[in-house]
Amino acid sequence: MRKIRTYQEVSHTTESELLEQVVEQQERLADRLSQVKRLIAIASGKGGVGKSAITANLAVSLAKKGFKIGATDADLNGPSLGRMLNVSGARLRDSADGVEPAMSPDGVSVMSMELLQNEADAPLKWREPSLGGFIWQSSLETGVLREFLGDVVWGDLDALLIDVPPGTDKIKRLLELLPSLDLMLLVTTPSETTRFVVAKSIRLAQEAMIENIGLVENMESHVCPSCGHASRLFGTGQDLDEDSEETLSLWGRIPFDPRLGAYTDQGKSLISTEPDSATAAALEDLVERVSKYIKGG
Amino acid sequence: MKFLCIACDTVMDFAERQIPGDGTLAAVFECGSCNREVAMLTNPMETQLVSSMGVKIGGREVPAQPMELARTSMEGGSENVFDPTDEPVQDQAVHPLRVTWTSEAVGRLDNVPTFVRGMVKRIYTDWAQQNGVNEMNPQIMDRARTELGLEGM
Repeated sequence: MRKIRTYQEVSHTTESELLEQVVEQQERLADRLSQVKRLIAIASGKGGVGKSAITANLAVSLAKKGFKIGATDADLNGPSLGRMLNVSGARLRDSADGVEPAMSPDGVSVMSMELLQNEADAPLKWREPSLGGFIWQSSLETGVLREFLGDVVWGDLDALLIDVPPGTDKIKRLLELLPSLDLMLLVTTPSETTRFVVAKSIRLAQEAMIENIGLVENMESHVCPSCGHASRLFGTGQDLDEDSEETLSLWGRIPFDPRLGAYTDQGKSLISTEPDSATAAALEDLVERVSKYIKGG
Repeated sequence: MKFLCIACDTVMDFAERQIPGDGTLAAVFECGSCNREVAMLTNPMETQLVSSMGVKIGGREVPAQPMELARTSMEGGSENVFDPTDEPVQDQAVHPLRVTWTSEAVGRLDNVPTFVRGMVKRIYTDWAQQNGVNEMNPQIMDRARTELGLEGM
């Protein structure tokens, strides 16, 4: 059999220039985010645990404390930050340096797929060909997320919050784009099923050697608005600390309050609207901890 | 991706790319030793697989534009997202030449969806600046479009 030189044996630049272009994309992304002090992902692996609501409330509260904050939906198919941060319908601007993000009334720079879509309730669709969409769609969506991070003029932010969609594969994709992620907040609930899924995300984050991984236990209890009695919403009855690895730390425990979802859906922060509630106090504790982290504490 | 001319044991050079508009792509590579040419033909799915990475086989004539992948790949992008009245801001340090757009040239941009209009205007303006052209009119647009391979823009 004749010997044909392998790809590696051919010492020649790739004439297709594909590799060079991918490297250029990565450099562009790294250059853009070099102005951001802290890259913070809010993830879970599980859906419906309140990641987006926590992201939106964190963003608004940090901005009100004077931090320069950006927030982006890594969830292209179910974006919610546009609504939650009150920028639905905002127009974007092209500039020489990229696309200017929308600015929320609270001063948060926002980019969300919702801003690009013609109809807010329409599912995200990509142009043809539809054949074999399962092969290229993941690559395309990762590319669009790369653009959200690298082509948007974020400026010199104190922190960029990234709302990561459900699925550990989405966390993995983000980590491939952002190997220098500073902090991953993993949102969980006391539900055994949720913890089972979140454990996979924890392992993924640890394997990626993310320096700071924090757990936020959402809906950890329900506080009766009449008598103030706290009761569990889920049945595990097991404190999160007992399950946690030593390398993890609990960054927040947030009681369930139906007003959190209701206000956030209206683009309002619970801390601002119901500052005396137990949930607002717990969120404020989380905000304080993240503030200290951003400052370098 | 490399193409090796087995007879010459030489890596072939990228020569040409053709996009017929049916989702397929032809990329031609040439052996610098024996001048043999081969065309790599991709079906729509294969073409999409490469373009979904935001890259072009053989390299780019035009630098990647901000959010190009999202703008060119999305179906149902809102016409109202990008403010059409916004002029792309020119970086004077990089492009000292000011390009004036005639009303006819601006009129042509009306045919371009606003979703990508700012991006397309930037591409034409950059081309003009790189070629020392200080006025963009329909004739110049035709020339730029041919050189840049921007059919339909």
